[in-house]
Amino acid sequence: MNILVCVKRVPATGGRIVLTPDGQEIDTRYLGFTISPHEECGVEEAARIVETHGGSSAVLTLGPAAAEEQLRDAMAIGIDRAILLETDGREYDPIATATAITAVIRDQEAANGPFDLVLFGNEAADTGDFQVGIRVAVALGRPVVNGVKGITLTDGSVTARREAPGGGWETYALPLPAVLGVKEGLNLPRYPSVPGRLRAKRKEVERVAPAWSQTGPIKLGLRVPEQQGAQVEILGRGPDAAPAVVDLLERIGALGS
Amino acid sequence: MSAPILVLVEHADGEPDRLSLEALAFGASLGADVEAVLVGPGSADAASRLGGRGVARAHVIEDARLDAYAPAGYAAALGAVVDARSPSAVLAPGSDRGTEVLAHLAARTGLPMAANVVSVEPGESWRIVRQRWAGSLLEDATLDAPIRLMTVAPHVVEAPEAAAGPVPEVVTHAVDLSDADLVVRVTGQEAPESGRVSLTDAKVVIGGGRGVGSGEQFAVLEELAALMGAAVGGSRVATSLGWRPHSDQIGQTGLRIAPELYIACGISGAIQHIVGCKAAKRILAINTDPDSPIMAVADYAVIGDLHAILPAITAEVRRRQG
Repeated sequence: MNILVCVKRVPATGGRIVLTPDGQEIDTRYLGFTISPHEECGVEEAARIVETHGGSSAVLTLGPAAAEEQLRDAMAIGIDRAILLETDGREYDPIATATAITAVIRDQEAANGPFDLVLFGNEAADTGDFQVGIRVAVALGRPVVNGVKGITLTDGSVTARREAPGGGWETYALPLPAVLGVKEGLNLPRYPSVPGRLRAKRKEVERVAPAWSQTGPIKLGLRVPEQQGAQVEILGRGPDAAPAVVDLLERIGALGS
Repeated sequence: MSAPILVLVEHADGEPDRLSLEALAFGASLGADVEAVLVGPGSADAASRLGGRGVARAHVIEDARLDAYAPAGYAAALGAVVDARSPSAVLAPGSDRGTEVLAHLAARTGLPMAANVVSVEPGESWRIVRQRWAGSLLEDATLDAPIRLMTVAPHVVEAPEAAAGPVPEVVTHAVDLSDADLVVRVTGQEAPESGRVSLTDAKVVIGGGRGVGSGEQFAVLEELAALMGAAVGGSRVATSLGWRPHSDQIGQTGLRIAPELYIACGISGAIQHIVGCKAAKRILAINTDPDSPIMAVADYAVIGDLHAILPAITAEVRRRQG
């Protein structure tokens, strides 16, 4: 089983997001960076699949030189090798990103044989474009399904499980090679071990220069949405507030007629 | 006659779904004729429910090969209507399926696509505002293409109650489907747990975070929820620690909810959680810390320990219900 997992380096935002003065970027001076959450689960899943079924795994990212940190994080939990599509820090739009990733997958497969499975995150935490994995799959002519929270591999095919609209679950059976867009909840990612980190530090990162293009949407700037200015009304302190809460529940009809 | 705007309408059991009705209302605000596109079994029935929503026409594709949802097949069907109508834009609800089908259409046509749009100004160049970071940030952008593909962010407009009005003219379409369009399709289904209240449909949602303390201690939330048919969810902390299944997570990497009332218990209010609950009509925060970030978005608050307050609320509800 040869698996490729595609990840994105994103700032680890916790509290309020602060922008740079020109409104073009998040001010990341005081922030760490992480692998976008859905893709952390993709990395974990790729490592587990190779542990169970054998084969090899690779991690890929399109991003600045500093994204090497996220590639090493992935190798620290067991991914075998890493490919960096190194940008000059400019934001690549979804079409440019998908085109660059498709090209590198074709080159990698020509050199090393096909990837049975390519994993993407359902969407990147920062730009939230929801389309790069599907664009790559369509360009490669491979089946793809998004929103995946469960993966079962059998000979020559993969069963993907995801939440159904209106509740419950639905499954899809895809012949390999296939592309999956995964979601957090697929697994609980492990923390890298110290020996894992040391091993990852010594590994090579293959670098590729991705082509730049711009189709859209074309970013003009970012802004923090205004918070609804509602003043909080304190209904009380401790259990004594219960009658006031139940008054509220009655007022909005939450308790039925 | 200017080019129409097409809106993909999802439906189940012959009823259009809420996010699709929002997308129709969003489309109707853009000043062009809005035409609905419905794919799959029950499409004609769902189209007949679109009266009074400003929909001029409803395009219906009911093809036995699309009886099971197939993302690429649905995109092919939507593409057939696009070819027939040459719209200025195609909108889809920002749901899992709506987004997936539109992304397939984008990939097949090579057109750009903007996800989770909150406003659009058509013109020489189309100015859009879209959500990043699940709505913690907004991006101003231009989207210029022969056909603009956009998903509408959930709950940025309300789906109005249907008014009396003409039922759209229904146009049925046939679609050419290749084998490749049908490779990926739903092959199995598991019904939701019986008796479970859906977080996205419930009128009241009770959410628990780190302050709950353990999976077992969610019992105080469950007990109050059971009394009023409310749903119970959790923050990312609660699902990451295994206190709740991940499918109950409210937030950026989980569900966006829009109930009448959201009761946030022991949740400090990281932005990743706020984006999942801010579409609630009202938020009641129960928290020991009056300065926690959740208070900035809450309409009501009770300060104190949820383990004492929730049982008191439950007892009071029981007393009044007799």
